[in-house]
This record gives sequence, C-alpha cells and structure tokens, in this order.
Amino acid sequence: MDLAFSKEEIAFREEVRAFFRDNVPPETRRKMVEGRHLSKDEMVAWWRILNKKGWGVSHWPKEYGGTGWTSVQHYIFNEELQMHPAPAPLAFGVSMVGPVIYTFGNEKQKQQYLPRIANVDDWWCQGFSEPGSGSDLASLKTKAERKGDKYIINGQKTWTTLAQHADMIFCLCRTDTTAKKQMGISFIVFSMKSKGVTVRPIETIDGGHEVNEVFFDDVEVPVENLIGEENKGWDYAKFLLGNERTGIARVGVSKERLRRIKDLASKVEQNGKPVIEDQGFREKLAACEIELKALELTQLRVVADEGKHGKGKPNPASSVLKIKGSEIQQTTTELLMEVIGPFAAPYDVHGDDGSNETMDWTAQIAPSYFNNRKVSIYGGSNEIQRNIITKAVLGL
Amino acid sequence: MDFDLSEEQRLLKESIDGLLTDSYDFDARKKYQKEKGGWSKAVWAKLAEQGLLGLPFAEADGGFGAGAVETMIVMEALGKALVLEPYLATVVIGGGFLRHGGSAEQKAQHIPGIIDGGKTFAFAQLEKNSRYDLGDVAATAKKKGAVWVIDGEKFVVLNGENADTLIVTARTKGGQRDRSGIGVFIVPANAKGVTRKGYPTQDGLHAADITFTGVEVGADAAIGDPENGLPLIERVVDEARTAMCAEAVGAMDESLKATVEYLKTRKQFGVPIGSFQTLQHRAADMFVALEQARSMSMFATMAADFDSAKERATAVAAAKVQIGKSGKFIGQQSIQLHGGIGMTQEAKIGHYFKRLTMIENTFGDTDYHLRRVTDAGGLV
Repeated sequence: MDLAFSKEEIAFREEVRAFFRDNVPPETRRKMVEGRHLSKDEMVAWWRILNKKGWGVSHWPKEYGGTGWTSVQHYIFNEELQMHPAPAPLAFGVSMVGPVIYTFGNEKQKQQYLPRIANVDDWWCQGFSEPGSGSDLASLKTKAERKGDKYIINGQKTWTTLAQHADMIFCLCRTDTTAKKQMGISFIVFSMKSKGVTVRPIETIDGGHEVNEVFFDDVEVPVENLIGEENKGWDYAKFLLGNERTGIARVGVSKERLRRIKDLASKVEQNGKPVIEDQGFREKLAACEIELKALELTQLRVVADEGKHGKGKPNPASSVLKIKGSEIQQTTTELLMEVIGPFAAPYDVHGDDGSNETMDWTAQIAPSYFNNRKVSIYGGSNEIQRNIITKAVLGL
Repeated sequence: MDFDLSEEQRLLKESIDGLLTDSYDFDARKKYQKEKGGWSKAVWAKLAEQGLLGLPFAEADGGFGAGAVETMIVMEALGKALVLEPYLATVVIGGGFLRHGGSAEQKAQHIPGIIDGGKTFAFAQLEKNSRYDLGDVAATAKKKGAVWVIDGEKFVVLNGENADTLIVTARTKGGQRDRSGIGVFIVPANAKGVTRKGYPTQDGLHAADITFTGVEVGADAAIGDPENGLPLIERVVDEARTAMCAEAVGAMDESLKATVEYLKTRKQFGVPIGSFQTLQHRAADMFVALEQARSMSMFATMAADFDSAKERATAVAAAKVQIGKSGKFIGQQSIQLHGGIGMTQEAKIGHYFKRLTMIENTFGDTDYHLRRVTDAGGLV
C-alpha cells in the first residue's frame, strides 16, 4: 500500500502541467476560472491543440489514436486538466459515441467517424432523454421506421447539451414497438443538418443556454447509420453510460474552485477583515476540503482497481464518486456565494458571452451556483445512483 | 500508488480474521466481559501466540518490524469483532512510546512483556481540565535527588484498571498549558502512592481514574527528554488516532453489513423492509459514508510515512473528522433501520454505535480536529 506516485508518474504530471501552461489559450483559461461559458470556436481551437499533441482521445485504443496510458496516467491527465483549468474534451464525441463506434461499429463507420471525432470536425450531441423519459430512459418513444434503405425518424429529445453547436447526433430510437421496452431500441447516428431536425433552446435558471429541445419530423436517415445491430441499442447505451467513469468525481474542478474561493475570500472584507479570516467560514472551507480529500482517495482506489483488474464491468463505487463529487461541487459554489454575499445580486443581461466586460466578473457567481444544481441531476441523478448502490453493492 | 495489500499483509488479515471468527462472536464477547478485568486472558494469549502483539516492534527488539498498514489491518479486524482486549492501550500506545522514545534499556525491559502477552499498559494522560489538549498538563513530576516524584490526578485511563504498567504525562516545569516542560514516565501500576478507581466504560471496555500521590520512580523512568516530551506524545497519540480510525472503519463496516442483512430478513406489510426505497437510500448513504471513512483511514495510515510532521498531523486530524462524521451517521442509522430491536442491549448493533460514539470522543472529537485542520490552513 503506497499513496505516492512513482517517479515516472510524477514526471508525467510535470509534462502534462507544462503542456497546459504553455498551450491553453490564456483567454480560455480566464473564462474557465471566472465560471463563464466559452464560445464554440474557443473550445474547438483548444481541442485541436490537444489533438495535435496526440492527447485528444487519450483513452481510446492506440489503433484509433489513443495514448496507451495507464489508469493512473489518465487520472493525472484529467486532474491537471480540471485544475488548470481547461475545457475537457467534448464528452459526447470522445467519451460517449467514440467508444461505441470503435467497439460496436463496422469498419466503414470507424473510418468515417473516429478521426473527425478526434479533431472535432464534427461536434456531436446526445439524443437520449425525452420529455417523458428521464430516469426511466428505456421508456423512450422517438421512433425510427424502416422504409427501404432508410429510417424515418419522428419524435422529440430534450436536455440536449450544446445541440446548437452540433453537426451530428447519436440517438436512441425505438425500432420495435412490440418488444419489451429495453429490447426495441436502436442506436442511430445522423447529421443535425438533416431535413426535419429542429433545435429549440431551453434557457436554464442561470440565464444560460446549454441545453435544448430537439425535434425530429420525418427525418430520413440511411440504414447504414445504424451502429451495431438493430434493437440492441440499449446494450450500447448501457456500455456508453458505464464507460465514462474517470473524472466523474471532478476532483480537479472542485480543487480549482477551492483555490478561487480562497483567493476571493482574502480580498472581500467583512467586519474589517478578509472573509478568509473568519473562523466559521474557515471551518466550513476545511470541512469541504476534508470531504474532497476523502473523495480523491476513493477515486484513486477505483483507479488503482481498474489498473489492476481491467475496466471490465462498471465499478459500483463510481456511484459513490458521482454522489459525493456532485455534492462537493455544489458546496463549493455555495461557498463562493457566501464570499460574495450581497454582491451576488446584480444580473448581467448580456449573459456571459464576454460582450460586456465592464460588468464585474462577480456577476457569474450566482449563475454558477444556480447552474451547478444540475450536477446532482444529470448523468443519472443522485437518487438513481443510490438505486445502483442499493442493488449492485448492497444486494437489496 | 497502490492500495492493495502485499502477500504478507493478506496473510496477516486472514490470520486475525480467522482467529476472531473462531473465538469472538457476540456471545463469546459477553462471556469475556464477565471475566475478571472485563476481557479474556485466553484471547490475549492467542493474540500473543500468533505474533500479533509483537507486530510493530523492531526485529532487534523481538518484534516483526511491521508498519502502519499492518496495525490498520489488525485494528479494523478488532473493530469488526468489538474486541475488548487492550491492544490499543498496550501495543499501539504503550508500545508506541517505547518504540519512538524508549532507551535501549527501557525497550529491553518492557517490550518482551508486551510481545509475550505477559504485561499490559495504560496511558494516563487525560486530566480534569485538559480535555483534548495534550499540552495541558497539571500533574507534576519533580526531581528529588535521583528520583522523580509524581503527583496528580488522571481520568478515564483506558485499561487503567488492569494494566501492569502506566505511561504517565507530568509537568517537569513551566505553567499548566506550556508546550514545553512535559515529561513522559513509566510507572509500575503497583508503585506506592498509585490509587486506581476502575469502572466499565459505555462501550463495554474498562478504564480507571488514577491518583498519584508522591509516587517515586527512578531517573530511568523518563521516556525521552523529560522537559520536552510533547512531540513524542503527539506522535504516539496520532498513531493511536490512526489506529482508532481503522477500528472505527471495522465497526462501521460490520454495522452496515448487519443492517443490510436485517433489511433483507425483517418483514413488515408482508415484504422485507429492504424493499422500501426510503430505507434503501438510507443504506446507500451509509455505504457512501463508509467508503469515505475507509479512504481517510487509509490516508491517515499512509501519512505515517510523510516526512513533514505537520502534514502528518493534519492528515490524521482530517481522518478523525471524516471518521467522526461517518461513524455518527452509520451508528445512528444502524439503530434507526433496526427499529426497536436496535435499542436493546441484547442485540449487537447498538454496541457498534456505542463503540463508535466513544471513539469519536477519544483524543479529540470531530469539532476539535476540524479546528486543527482549519488552523493548519486546510488540506488542498
């Protein structure tokens, strides 16, 4: 048992750190620190820098452009990326559809899609949730009817993150309405530019535009866009959801935010002295740091376990990472609110697109707090995670 | 980075788990509790026989030269079985003072007795007004010719009623709360002037309040520097805290297991109560609390190898905070999910709750350690 990273791992961390320091555009980093949204161009520009370095799809198999890193190296990479901070690779392409395609897709699909995912030539979005199918995803109703060499797709998806930027969508569609609900679903990919696709923005409580409703109205998709076998889509979806585990705890994100809290709390005054000198506040901060340290260790235990025994089936401990990770992220945004106090109130009607730089950046603190309520809802709500622990770990 | 046990550590775990499975079910524990002194000499002899009492001592001193991880393994197992025998007081604390501060003569005189199970120790530290501050010492040790004369009162001395040898903190100079001027002394429990008032503790262990009245010990009774013993005390107590964290994880682990088992078997409204989501989610939260506690117990254990004493102390304090919180939550909810049966002395579950509660209040509670982490400037 040994907590320390090896010499090689420490050297790797230095290499990663130096690369981020020298290559993340400063403006991108600044916006990340201040909790602002980034433009599509800013994100894509950074991801292409990462891809050029060969780190765009680090966890993919080597033959498709991956790095062959160990679990610990992946952990270090993610942590450093989150702490810098810099935008993580677009999950919908790199972590979700990519692995489904190289695992279940045919040769032609691999050649067609994988390099474009790596270089973000296509921006992908995820067509899973529907208005009537949230936690009960398998009840989804979007229909794909086979007509000759085409599927005709009708229905509606929702909570589609950054669909406004998307070129492609991977979509769960019902292809057999007579089978048991999990058995009649297929995994189909198609262009968001197809005729009959409509994207309508959903404004979230922070005033931001991250998520959308997406409507399909007789969208024609070639049958060759089916990934894997027809009616096996639920298996691929489960594979996809269980695949993205490293970084789910977002320890680096919380670490970075704690740094920011300390920074701001040493500037904002209360009772004639900086907030950071208030004993009550300091104890709350320390309590959060202890929770985060415990989470970091729990995450490292999962990482070490993966390194030893292979990824295999999802480790149910990742539900612990999701629950605690989201709670801690939310706590950090609450602490920021506490630091800023009454100055959280002013609302920037221009949003955070950077067009109104005269508006004090503290204006992003309340929106970020509001926005972070999402983290205990998305990716399988924390209540669903408790169901997973109940079944998979406790056997109840 | 590696969280796996080595082959030897795995064997150690099997050996202690096996021993306790054979000789330490809840009925046996009740029997041991009624023996003279409140624990079993036979079990203690078995622990000695398997070499467990000699684990942390250097091979040169007759031990096995094992480290913090081995102590963690043993303490976790002891926590699972709610073991009454004085491993913490004797091997971890008494042994800790000898290992880290003892002279060659002191080691030669005392360690063999610990290893062969012949002698047990107790740490007389707590005073009426010291609470969790290890540097708050009113008891005095005054030099009189070639001897030290010890006077003072110590409270809730774990295993104090039965111990053969006491490790006593006493002030050799300065004011009651000065960090310097504290000595650590080895005092035979049967020395003239030592008065012990023993009693059982809430969790079924035994302790004593001990009065020292003009107790004379030789100059060789002082462990380390009699005028600057606090760093040694802090180090050994940090090891004790770390060991208790592991013990608590064992207790939490078993407490959750027993609770889940109960949820599966207890029926109401015609179904196992574990089919109710409210109870399922409570149990899931207990699992989360357990895993967080386990991580921090490992963190404190591995911190034993940190170079910086400050970082080591902060790591242990942070672990004690997490263990305190998790232990309280798991202890309380284990009772709640058992319902009325959890309230009975007869059921084992409540005894985990009681031990976890006493662990929280030993050598600094959650608030105390949170303040320590805060004063150290946090963890990140």
